[in-house]
Amino acid sequence: MSGKILTANRVNDGDVVFFTSDHQWSLRISDALFAEDEAVLELLEDQLRLAETGTEVTDAYVFDAEKFDGVLRPRHIRERIRTLGPTVRADLGKQSNGTGGAFSAVS
Amino acid sequence: MRLLKNGEFFEDTWLTLDNEEAVPQGADILVSAERLQAEFGTLMLHNGRLGVVVANDRAVDDIADYLEVIDTVVLEFPSFTDGRAYSQARKLRGSLKFRGGLRATGNVLPDQLAFMRQCGFDTFEVNGRFGLDVWQRAVTAMTLTYQGGYVPDRGFAPADVWSARAGNADDTLRSDFEEIWTA
Amino acid sequence: MYRYDEFDHRFVRERVGQFRDQVERRLGGELSEAEFKPLRLMNGVYLQLHAYMLRVAIPYGTLSSAQMRRLAEIADTYDKGYAHFTTRQNVQYNWPKLKDMPDLLDDLADVEMHAIQTSGNCIRNVTTDQWAGVAADEVADPRPVCELLRQWSSLHPEFSFLPRKFKIAVTGAPRDRAAVAVHDIGLRMHVNADGARGWEVLAGGGQGRTPMIAITVREFLPEAELLGYLEAVMRVYNLHGRRDNKYKARIKILVHELGADAFRAQVEAEYAKLGSPTVDVEQRELERISAYFAPPVYDELDETCVPFELAKNENREFAWWVKSNVSAHKVSGYAIVNISLKPTGGIPGDATSQQMFVVADLAEQYSHAEIRVTHRQNLVLPDVRLSDLYTLWIELNSAELATANVGLIGDIVACPGLDYCALATARSIPIAQDVSERFEDLKRQHDIGSLTINISGCINACGHHHVGHIGILGLDKKGEEFYQITLGGSSDENASIGTILGPGFAGDQVADAIETIVETYLGLRADDEPFIETYRRVGAKPFKEALYETA
Repeated sequence: MSGKILTANRVNDGDVVFFTSDHQWSLRISDALFAEDEAVLELLEDQLRLAETGTEVTDAYVFDAEKFDGVLRPRHIRERIRTLGPTVRADLGKQSNGTGGAFSAVS
Repeated sequence: MRLLKNGEFFEDTWLTLDNEEAVPQGADILVSAERLQAEFGTLMLHNGRLGVVVANDRAVDDIADYLEVIDTVVLEFPSFTDGRAYSQARKLRGSLKFRGGLRATGNVLPDQLAFMRQCGFDTFEVNGRFGLDVWQRAVTAMTLTYQGGYVPDRGFAPADVWSARAGNADDTLRSDFEEIWTA
Repeated sequence: MYRYDEFDHRFVRERVGQFRDQVERRLGGELSEAEFKPLRLMNGVYLQLHAYMLRVAIPYGTLSSAQMRRLAEIADTYDKGYAHFTTRQNVQYNWPKLKDMPDLLDDLADVEMHAIQTSGNCIRNVTTDQWAGVAADEVADPRPVCELLRQWSSLHPEFSFLPRKFKIAVTGAPRDRAAVAVHDIGLRMHVNADGARGWEVLAGGGQGRTPMIAITVREFLPEAELLGYLEAVMRVYNLHGRRDNKYKARIKILVHELGADAFRAQVEAEYAKLGSPTVDVEQRELERISAYFAPPVYDELDETCVPFELAKNENREFAWWVKSNVSAHKVSGYAIVNISLKPTGGIPGDATSQQMFVVADLAEQYSHAEIRVTHRQNLVLPDVRLSDLYTLWIELNSAELATANVGLIGDIVACPGLDYCALATARSIPIAQDVSERFEDLKRQHDIGSLTINISGCINACGHHHVGHIGILGLDKKGEEFYQITLGGSSDENASIGTILGPGFAGDQVADAIETIVETYLGLRADDEPFIETYRRVGAKPFKEALYETA
């Protein structure tokens, strides 16, 4: 199943965050609100506009994702790397502290 | 919009005229460079002050012949990052030796104010978003400059480092903001 | 090297204070991101793929041991224990928090460093020859004028909102190690028949999506007229450079669209109007700065050092390292040591804080406490006695800093690419790792000889792929990374832009393709002919045939 996820960076530390179903920002993609229909997508886009003027997050945008067996996975390699950390340093980023996704960046 | 000059806010009493608009008697007026060139003969007889708005893709040399009777030149900053008017101002104050008022309009934010003043602007069209304290802080944040030719000759001025090193800057290191800025 | 006086100190501290205020206003919600972005960029703070990134200026690539130590401490305190040295002689931290940034900048200011103008559409950190002051072929040390330019360009009231970023490179030697022909402005020192020094002023070079070699604007500009002349160039660019299209906004496009003669005429006309009222002040300042760059006191040493020669004979690995990583010094009995940040399979330009501490200590012990950063992402100890080389090599080895590949195929330049960069279209580092592992055998590397590989992860060309003998450009094709290969680029005094060979390759095919190119070269070269000369002699054709014969 394909859909969209709203992401941003937190202003004070720059960490990558995802917009959740309880309208918070989470470090984990697994918490993300997955927009599979127009209504939810509209909600994400409203939140995107709100985020631009707020102080909690910055550089918000929506990206394409898929859901298989309950696991959310970005479609594009760029978003997968962003969700996990550098592919050349497994010891850094979300992949190193348990907040990454349950997928590989490159396959 | 209001004007910021010498550390104070003023109401903008100047009238900006369209190219076709009739010239009101006695008013201080701003016209485009095109109109200035086309109608200089009549405009120079106008009984209020005369100013010109120069677009930032236009050479300031175009108005060189009129500078003696012009009271104010207005230069535009259509966005924060469009810095052409800094060079226009510099040319006006430098090779063209313009000593009248130089006003910045458009996207004028506190964080550019010091640079604008250093390039020769003395009047700023600003919105009401920032209080006088914010503008003052922006002007005095840097008390030094490495560009000796870019020191404002009125009001608060950063010290010119290279001259200061040579011992020539005793009276340029003026840090008493209140006294200088409002003088 | 240069030391701050009270004015420089005060200037940098005030700038940190100003930025602290801006960060507070952003965190407090007073500034929107749209308003804050140009302000943070003016202080080197980017928002990258995973986090903020801070680029710290290393003026003209020169560092003291104390500064290197502080950079290492910052990596430990505010980042994740490492730093990345860039193709512009700067250093980057990949994980600092915005709220920590003002404190970090204060820590930098303690050791006379800053991040001013490491980003934004302003005059960026001035770069130069990494061997400045010690190179055997040098006409004059370019560092005093680089420092003069650093000060002159810092928070320039007129030139801080240019159409696009602006990079100046300076060389004081005929062998160009600063790539001056591919910069917005390049300066090349000459001495005329009367013995007077002057600058050849180049403009309009650059890389990115429209690579161009610079034109010469003035053949010989008397030294004292430099800043006035640069002011004229900058003003012409600021007023007339394109602002309608970000990709056409660099000065190279203006020079190209006006034509060299018209551009020259505009600059000269502007310069004629200036007069140069401040020449005396500038000359006095240049003299003051020059005193800081007086050569250190060197010991009087013989040209040859017997124990050093013996060590080379006895230890093949040491001999290899000397051959590739040690360069001729202008003073007898001394050598320039190049430290490779390209271990086999490593990340080009990355150094751990531990390695940085080691380099700081070794510089203190063996090289007048001075270090250089190169635009090929390596480090240099400029002043080492021949008699110290063997001990130094042992110590570098134990810190994994003695890879004997400087200038060879394993010395690969790569931008951070899609692993870190928000603009990248493909990864660069894994390609560098693949190729470096493929050519791991040092004997083979030395046999192949002088060859530069440069990898960029997008069209912006931070990995300088256009001027690599072999250039690799990573692109995105429908979500898949693929890589275009160019041949024949060079950034030296015979600068040239590489030519695209043909269709691109998938990531896992790149090392094979490079191997095919290298084997083709080895079959074609005459005697010790370096790769670039063979390429210039035979052209792209045999390489194309070898690469695409089965396609």
